[in-house]
Amino acid sequence: MKQHWLTRPETIRKLWFGSCGVLVLTVLAQLPFHIKAHFPFEGWFGFAAGFGFLSCVAMVLLAKLLGVVLKRRDTYYDD
Amino acid sequence: MMTEAFPPGLVLLLGAFVLPLVKGRLRDVVALGLPLIALWLVWQIPDGVALSMPFLDYTLEPVKGDSLSRLFATIFAIMAFAGTLFALHQSRVAELAAAFAYSGASIGVAFAGDLITVFVFWEIMALGSTMVLWASGTESAYRAGFRYIIIHLLGGVLLMAGIVDYAAMTGSIVFEAMELGGRATWLILAGFLINVAAPPLSAWLPDAYPEASPGGMVFLSAFTTKTAVYVLLRGFPGTELLIYLGLYMIFYGIIYALLENDMRRILAYSIVNQVGFMVTGIGIGTEMALNGAAAHAFAHIIYKALLLMSAGSVLYMTGRRKCSDLGGLFQSMPLTCICGVIGALAISSFPWTSGFVSKSMINQAAADEHLAALWLLLAAASAGVFLHAGIKFPWFVFFQKDSGLRPPDPPWNMKAAMVLFAFLCIFLGVVPGPLYALLPFPVEYEPYTGGHVVAMLQLLLFSGLAFFLLLPLMKRTLTISLDVDWFYRRAGPSLVAALMALGRPLDQALRRLTLRRVDRFLDRLLHYHGPDGRIAGTWQTGTKVLTITLLFVVVLVFSYL
Repeated sequence: MKQHWLTRPETIRKLWFGSCGVLVLTVLAQLPFHIKAHFPFEGWFGFAAGFGFLSCVAMVLLAKLLGVVLKRRDTYYDD
Repeated sequence: MMTEAFPPGLVLLLGAFVLPLVKGRLRDVVALGLPLIALWLVWQIPDGVALSMPFLDYTLEPVKGDSLSRLFATIFAIMAFAGTLFALHQSRVAELAAAFAYSGASIGVAFAGDLITVFVFWEIMALGSTMVLWASGTESAYRAGFRYIIIHLLGGVLLMAGIVDYAAMTGSIVFEAMELGGRATWLILAGFLINVAAPPLSAWLPDAYPEASPGGMVFLSAFTTKTAVYVLLRGFPGTELLIYLGLYMIFYGIIYALLENDMRRILAYSIVNQVGFMVTGIGIGTEMALNGAAAHAFAHIIYKALLLMSAGSVLYMTGRRKCSDLGGLFQSMPLTCICGVIGALAISSFPWTSGFVSKSMINQAAADEHLAALWLLLAAASAGVFLHAGIKFPWFVFFQKDSGLRPPDPPWNMKAAMVLFAFLCIFLGVVPGPLYALLPFPVEYEPYTGGHVVAMLQLLLFSGLAFFLLLPLMKRTLTISLDVDWFYRRAGPSLVAALMALGRPLDQALRRLTLRRVDRFLDRLLHYHGPDGRIAGTWQTGTKVLTITLLFVVVLVFSYL
């Protein structure tokens, strides 16, 4: 089966580089576009970026932890 | 009786009975035309009571208009149209008819001026939605439908008890903002909260909805929870409890969706998550927050339906619903993929989509009230939405690995419904004015400031980075996650079985004792009254004559004495 161009390793590598560039740009964009801070911490440089990243890590880890207790095979209720 | 307008919901309710009677092209015209007529009628309803009638000692007001009613009725009618277009040739006519009754009743709730009318339409919705679920025709839908209707009838009973109590206490059945306190309002709130999928009974939603047909779940996603948001907006604005319930729903939805493997169950959990934002907004209770909750409900119906249309198309074309069985579908289903991604961006409140202009108002309300902790939690939740619905759903369904499946995009009507809603997601995001003009309070809010857009992009894009870096932790497994429904699906039946096992010896001993006594009684009966019994035995004619003669002699002797 012919590999779609989007799935080729070199495209994926380029996508990673491009995405990292965009991430840097969004943080730098805070310099010309002033973020109106309702709370003091909101105006810190890159606050939203760091907060978004860390809260996602926390949620994934929490889900993983809860999964240990809550997960059952998907035929659990069929038995 | 006063009649100034025709009830818009009635068009769809009556249409439910007409649909099965017409066939072919005419059915298409009727099915697509009636929601548009209902939409037109919605906009003919003036402010104030447009229809009233006496009932017992009260006055029913089945149609009472204001901006909040019209906002919800408008989106319900639009949803009925797009949902019908999506399901037009794929769903059974019974499902479409049930969906018409369901959507008509939800418009009925939106215009209800009194609590009894709310209750009547509330119950029609419960029945209509159950029929939509059952119309899918599978064994699992049948069972899930039973669990669903039991929970919703329980909600209906609580609501009815509350309304009766409220009417007895206040002498009024007018549906207006209520102060939470006392049995009546607590019961009414409990009835509303069951439909909004608030804890502890949130599990009914992800348990039932994913068992519906591809078109059925699109309908189900829109009406029940959003009418519940509507009645909370009207009945309990500013009730602090709702902030905490809303926050629970938000994070419950994210965590469970992260654990889930079934693509439509991921989206079901994310309904609870999104409705949690609305419930939190209602709990904050300021004009900005209530506008935000109402706008978010409007935007949510569109993008969630779009996401479910995209997932439904995949299910319809592949017959598969587990993320672990899917992947790489962007290659052969490009339109479904693009529409799914637009829906995913909208649910994530990405700038220039509808979710951005609506959800931002709830966050802004938290900031205006200086609720720092709440604001931070809502920001974390926004990141979490991008994580569980914004990226996870499209990534695992359309990208990740190549599943080898190459189904084409679905039939034209399903594509048309998706394109319509994808357009609306972007249109409302780029031009929020028309949506803001429909909101219950005047809007003094500008979502598109440079700083706001930059902050949102930072939050979302770095959430995306977290997703891809943590991808190894999110490998799909063939699992489900236990929820509160475990208590009535497993613990309850197990408890009954255990009690039965415990009581069986006693039960058997009792039965044996009773049977022995019955047997003894029957033996005695047989002994005296049976064929050889002394009392029931047949006599010979000679014996009879002798007995009669002897009796006669006795009578004669006594008469001469």
